[in-house]
Amino acid sequence: MQVQFELNGEAVITDVEPRTTLADCIRDGLRKTGTHVGCEHGVCGACTVLINGDAVRACLVLAVQVQGDKVVTIEGLSGDELSPLQVAFRKHHALQCGFCTPGFITTAHALLTNEPNVNEERVRDVLSGNLCRCTGYIPIVEAVLDARIHYARGEE
Amino acid sequence: MKPPIFEYASPSTIAEAVSLLASRDGNAKVISGGQSLMPMLAFRLASPELLVDLKQLKDLNTIIIRDDGVRLGAKVRWCDIESDKRLDRSHPLLAEAIKHVAHYQVRNRGTVGGSLAHADPSAEMPGVTLTCDGLMTIVGSRGMRIEKASDFFIGPLTTSLEPDEIITEVHLPSWPADRRWAFREFARRKGDFAMAGVALFYDLDQENRAVDAHIGVIGVSDCPIRLTAAEAALNGNALTEETFSAVVAAAKGSIDPPSDIHASGAYRRALLGTLLGRGLHQSASRGETNASPI
Ligand SMILES: Cc1cc2nc3c(=O)[nH]c(=O)nc-3n(C[C@H](O)[C@H](O)[C@H](O)COP(=O)(O)OP(=O)(O)OC[C@H]3O[C@@H](n4cnc5c(N)ncnc54)[C@H](O)[C@@H]3O)c2cc1C
Ligand code: FES
Ligand code: FES
Repeated sequence: MQVQFELNGEAVITDVEPRTTLADCIRDGLRKTGTHVGCEHGVCGACTVLINGDAVRACLVLAVQVQGDKVVTIEGLSGDELSPLQVAFRKHHALQCGFCTPGFITTAHALLTNEPNVNEERVRDVLSGNLCRCTGYIPIVEAVLDARIHYARGEE
Repeated sequence: MKPPIFEYASPSTIAEAVSLLASRDGNAKVISGGQSLMPMLAFRLASPELLVDLKQLKDLNTIIIRDDGVRLGAKVRWCDIESDKRLDRSHPLLAEAIKHVAHYQVRNRGTVGGSLAHADPSAEMPGVTLTCDGLMTIVGSRGMRIEKASDFFIGPLTTSLEPDEIITEVHLPSWPADRRWAFREFARRKGDFAMAGVALFYDLDQENRAVDAHIGVIGVSDCPIRLTAAEAALNGNALTEETFSAVVAAAKGSIDPPSDIHASGAYRRALLGTLLGRGLHQSASRGETNASPI
């Protein structure tokens, strides 16, 4: 089945089986492998992407369901320079193996874009849908809180 | 795992969606947010021939608040309820309960209609709908019907929906401003399914005795249930320690929770008693600002 959508600002048309998840379509079909797949049933958050600005789990969406939508993956969130969230993650040692990181950054980006003044409680609440087996979460929460200021000024 | 093979259709009218569902002898399924169905497909617990996506159906994502209560379109998402501040006054029990549903990313897609149709025994929306005498509007090949929540939930993941039927709306009757209420649940991690939970409300008569008590529970049975014995122990009584103890005892005596990997039946019963006791105490102090001075 043919599906057309916008991926990181570019129009894409691709042929998928209806059962293909958006995560598999992006990784295998479109070769954007920054979106990670951990559990494939909605528990770990590693596959988080943005659909029309909302953070969602790409393993729980069919590729055919994003017909006409705007999809942004981790690749779409940074250019040649490190983004404010990437800088903050590096500064706070908010990753070790890095498997979970794309999911945390896409989620945090959506959160800070919509709620630049979030407090720690809200950050913890939102990040509770993502699993990280390395860091113990505290540095991740610190990194997100640290990056807030860049979103408040509108520099993303 | 990867989902099994199926076909996919994305109709733009309800009539078209219903006829697609009816065309497959029970082997077609609705997909809305996909937040329950996609895991079911990944585990191959469901293997429909055809998925009928509600994505393009219009008018199913509004929250209407009128004198006769709150109407939620089937495609209203958890995040829509969370961000509609009118609900804090128009239906505080709903607003509070929905805060407990799932995590951020799931809340951006999961819908009211999907949750009701999926009918997880621990899910909040079915519990609130049953407790509040909610009514579902359902459309199928044989036309439209209005179903009471008490007739809708039949068993674990089982409802009275026919294979060609779609829920379009749920109506929760109006909520008096000084109603006493509480919602309490316990899960190991915030956003996970509850091991047990309770939704309750009642009004007060002239003598400050509880009337019209509604107590519904989740996670302790095959599907959400009302605890009529506990409601009877509350109705007509003053909000005292004795009353609350009697209500908790009646509740614990009237459930027989299942054991599973998350918790034993005995633990769930004890947990429900604790949650109900706390909920009753919390409810007693709620709405006081609006109540007439004694
Ligand atoms: C990690 C995780 C945690 C979760 N935690 C919770 C939780 O704590 N509490 C909770 O309540 N839920 C939880 N959920 C489930 C979530 O709330 C789902 O969104 C919800 O149960 C189903 O809604 P949906 O729109 O995604 O439905 P779908 O997954 O699209 O569909 C579910 C079922 O309903 C049917 N259906 C969907 N819409 C309709 C309709 N309008 N009419 C008729 N049939 C329909 C489908 O055919 C399917 O059988 C969790 C999910 C995940 C992945
Ligand atoms: S891979 Fe999607 S949530 Fe784990
Ligand atoms: S950095 Fe390894 S899982 Fe998070």
